[in-house]
Amino acid sequence: MSTMLAEYLPILIFLGISIVMVTVMLGASYVIARQRPDSEKNAPYECGFEAFGDARRPFDVRFYLVAILFIIFDLEVAFLFPWAVSLGEVGLFGFWSMMVFLGVLTVGFIYEWKKGALEWD
Amino acid sequence: MVSFWDGYLWPGIVIVAQCVALIVPLLIAVAYLTLFERKVMAAMMLRRGPNVVGAFGLLQPFADGLKFLVKETVIPAGANKVVFLIAPMLTFVLAMIAWAVIPVSAGVVLSDINVGVLYLFAISSLGVYGIIMAGWASNSRYAFLGALRSSAQMVSYEVSMGFIIITVLLCVGSLNMSKIVEAQRDLWFAIPLFPMFVIFFISTLAETNRHPFDLPEAESELVAGYQIEYSAFAFALFMLGEYANMILMSAFTAILFLGGWLPPLDIAPFNWIPGFVWFAIKIVILLFVFIWVRATLPRYRYDQLMRIGWKFFLPLSLLWVVLTASAIVAFGWYPSKA
Repeated sequence: MSTMLAEYLPILIFLGISIVMVTVMLGASYVIARQRPDSEKNAPYECGFEAFGDARRPFDVRFYLVAILFIIFDLEVAFLFPWAVSLGEVGLFGFWSMMVFLGVLTVGFIYEWKKGALEWD
Repeated sequence: MVSFWDGYLWPGIVIVAQCVALIVPLLIAVAYLTLFERKVMAAMMLRRGPNVVGAFGLLQPFADGLKFLVKETVIPAGANKVVFLIAPMLTFVLAMIAWAVIPVSAGVVLSDINVGVLYLFAISSLGVYGIIMAGWASNSRYAFLGALRSSAQMVSYEVSMGFIIITVLLCVGSLNMSKIVEAQRDLWFAIPLFPMFVIFFISTLAETNRHPFDLPEAESELVAGYQIEYSAFAFALFMLGEYANMILMSAFTAILFLGGWLPPLDIAPFNWIPGFVWFAIKIVILLFVFIWVRATLPRYRYDQLMRIGWKFFLPLSLLWVVLTASAIVAFGWYPSKA
């Protein structure tokens, strides 16, 4: 157990070094450069116009739909990872179970396609 | 005291030294990739490119970095200040730590974990957070739209990338990066899995928001997308992160399909050259194609981008997973467990 975790220690140290490095770079830039903020400079950029209210507006529901579809298919990929690595051990039964699972998802995918969930016009 | 030195301090120093030995060449590579891109683009457009700072413009990246350092950090009044500053840091840190599992040569890797591919896939998925945070925290209309587009694009192409990685894993039977490279000693996976190699490369273009899929930045309509409110080193971190991601994705492609550090033929003149040189050559060739594509192709429209991702790459890569698995089961080509 400890040897397995020990392999992750360099990643943790690497992460720490990266965070320190980034903070130092950003901080150095903030300290070195002269900061002279004013209200015009700090206004959000809208091609020279005055900003029209808040930028966080309702957005197209299709982005949400893409996120939902992504979750389904990414879960599928997550299931496939262990299956792909152990295909030699799970044998024919494992192979066919995964094929049935993929078949069910493909039916869902065809349904989405026919429903027009993938259209962007 | 001796056990403390042998048990903790000395291994710690070794790891820190290894991290530095990885970060410094990486940062230099990122710096020179920007120059390489400008030079190659210039040559393709029959221009000269940067040639004033240093011989052949070789000091240009450092001049650029210095300029970023002395600029004012503008934080918009309406922004969420903490999230606004964390976003570029996150982008850069993620682009860095993914390198921890990349084997540069046989056995030369910071952390040879047995789920290397999963780790890399997870880290590259997290990259979307930097963009969403930047777009949301900026409280600017262009940034918001750019972040929305970018995140939808990245998650769309990640799915087909996932399936393509599965096809490679089926042929290897391990998630360890070094084992994936070793499995290609006789035949690079780019040959039997050629369609997947092409789709994977195109997906990495979309995943790193590069041309012709750079809609999040689309300077002609969104000005610069999620980066618009950033200045000084916060902006530089986004740039560094993007270029580090380009190198990372090229390295990942080289490992999955082009045999990582292995020479193209295991015979006399080729296997005298050390592994990391071969690895670097493959990465540079892939990066050259990145830039070549940028100089050649026009930008995609957003509906075309989503269509090619969901209606072409996804079904094709899914089909290829089924085909590969079926072939392995039918002909008994199970990967040997070394």
